[in-house]
Amino acid sequence: MQLNTLEQFEFTGKAKTWSLIAIAIGVISVAIGFATGHVDRTWANLLICAYYFTCVSFAGMMFIAIQYVANAGWATSILRIPSAFTTVIPYAAVILFALIATGLYTHNLYHHWNEEGITDPNSPHFDPIIAGKSGYLNIPFFLIRLALYMFIWGGLAVYLRKLTLKEDLEGGMEYYNTSIKYSAVFCVIFGFTYPLFSFDMMLSVEAHWFSTMFGWYNLAGLWVSGLAAIALTVILLKENGYMPWVNKSHIHNLGLFMFAFSTFWTYLWTAQFLLDWYANIPEETYYFLKRWTPAYKFWFWFNLVINFLTPFLVLMSSDSKRNMKVVKIAAIIIILGHWLDYYLMVMPGSVTEAERGFNHIEIGTFVGFVGLFVFLMLKGLSKAPLLPKNHPYLEESLHHSINNI
Amino acid sequence: MSNKKYAIGLYDDQDILLQGIKEVQNNGQMIHDVYTPHPVHGLENVFIIPRSRLPIAAFCFGCLGISCAFLMMWYMITYDWPMDIGGKPNFPIVSFIPILFEWTVLFASFGMGLTFFLANRLIPGSTPRIMDERATDDRYVIAVEVNDENEQTVSSLFRQSGAVEVKYKTV
Repeated sequence: MQLNTLEQFEFTGKAKTWSLIAIAIGVISVAIGFATGHVDRTWANLLICAYYFTCVSFAGMMFIAIQYVANAGWATSILRIPSAFTTVIPYAAVILFALIATGLYTHNLYHHWNEEGITDPNSPHFDPIIAGKSGYLNIPFFLIRLALYMFIWGGLAVYLRKLTLKEDLEGGMEYYNTSIKYSAVFCVIFGFTYPLFSFDMMLSVEAHWFSTMFGWYNLAGLWVSGLAAIALTVILLKENGYMPWVNKSHIHNLGLFMFAFSTFWTYLWTAQFLLDWYANIPEETYYFLKRWTPAYKFWFWFNLVINFLTPFLVLMSSDSKRNMKVVKIAAIIIILGHWLDYYLMVMPGSVTEAERGFNHIEIGTFVGFVGLFVFLMLKGLSKAPLLPKNHPYLEESLHHSINNI
Repeated sequence: MSNKKYAIGLYDDQDILLQGIKEVQNNGQMIHDVYTPHPVHGLENVFIIPRSRLPIAAFCFGCLGISCAFLMMWYMITYDWPMDIGGKPNFPIVSFIPILFEWTVLFASFGMGLTFFLANRLIPGSTPRIMDERATDDRYVIAVEVNDENEQTVSSLFRQSGAVEVKYKTV
């Protein structure tokens, strides 16, 4: 096989047109949402999608960091895909911060702790529990925390991207060793602060409720949806004639990852649910009780079907993990499934039963953010060759082969 | 114990070994197994071996484990002495999940390990089938099950493809 180490993705044609159309659909849907008076619901949708968008971009960084820290070689030849994900991070950080700041100051987001007068004992809105948490849960500190997370994680991601591009030009082991160091730093910081980030973004939607499982549960969701996005991008690129070096073993590994971590996500989901169900303490169970109402009960259980049973059964045999079409379908299902997971975290606490719905606003906002992600990611991907040609493990990755036993 | 006769070809180079495997297989002989002192790259692409049946054993043991755990918990909590824990029903399936999961994994892994040892005669008390001890040192070994008919063919195939030694062993 003649290997073109300078092969580069060209971002033109259909991919560009369709992602721009998707962005337009998103903008129109949000506008329609506001115009038809579904203000709360549209804000909740923006929160879901902006959070999901940020999470998937950081999943790319997490993938790279783990490959470096684990000294793994197999993924080197597809490492430019998660690297392209990290180019979205600066945009995602700005979008998330802008949305949350606007939502908080216009009192459209996080009603549960952000109502006017909620910490004032003389106000009719007074809530003693929220007042007790207000030392941590107040708008300025909330935004400072968010800015810090985005700045520190994003800074490391941008720096690592710079290192890999420099390595392309200059070669040598120096950039690889530095990358390992910064990846380790990222893993430690991200691992400890991501749960706090998810407490802020998702758990504080219902600020009375608490769950120590929540951060890991969200991290598992981030990771499995990010892996699905990486697998889907690799497969679509390969189907369009790029990356001829990707073989069945690479797809097998990505399939393994998706299979393992959708099970891991279920493990954490169950652990969180099981403890609350068994202990049966009112202040803990009301969160699940809300999702047990007729409006959400079907979706509550469907969440398990789409995020656990489907990938579990579809990806169980090693033959299906090596089949690109099967892995592609599983990846799409996981990506949609985790939108539903976030929907169930945000909606019951954000909108009233009458406001709830699932129609063009939900679909349109999601399509819009998918378009935005695809557009920014492919733009980032087209700026560098598809192979990190001076990476020390490149040769190992090109000959990656695992048995189908 | 069954007494099967094997023709054993010893090679001293991994490339010649891969050639030998190809040659033996191309002439319609089924290789019983190949023994090497270290993993040989490309061996799995050359050596035609029937798919392992170990996953089937794992599945059966897993089913056994999940049934045992379910029966045990049902007997303890529901049937023998109905227990009231936190006002929950006496048949709380949700709280069975962790133990069902753990017993499935436990039975599947131990069962798979035992099956592997049994099938390869590595269980204490059984005589392991060692074709040639040098397979752990500096020789690559191909073993083919032979009878009176194909004995000569196989040994000549070994010699042609560059084996340094050919011998027979009954185990």
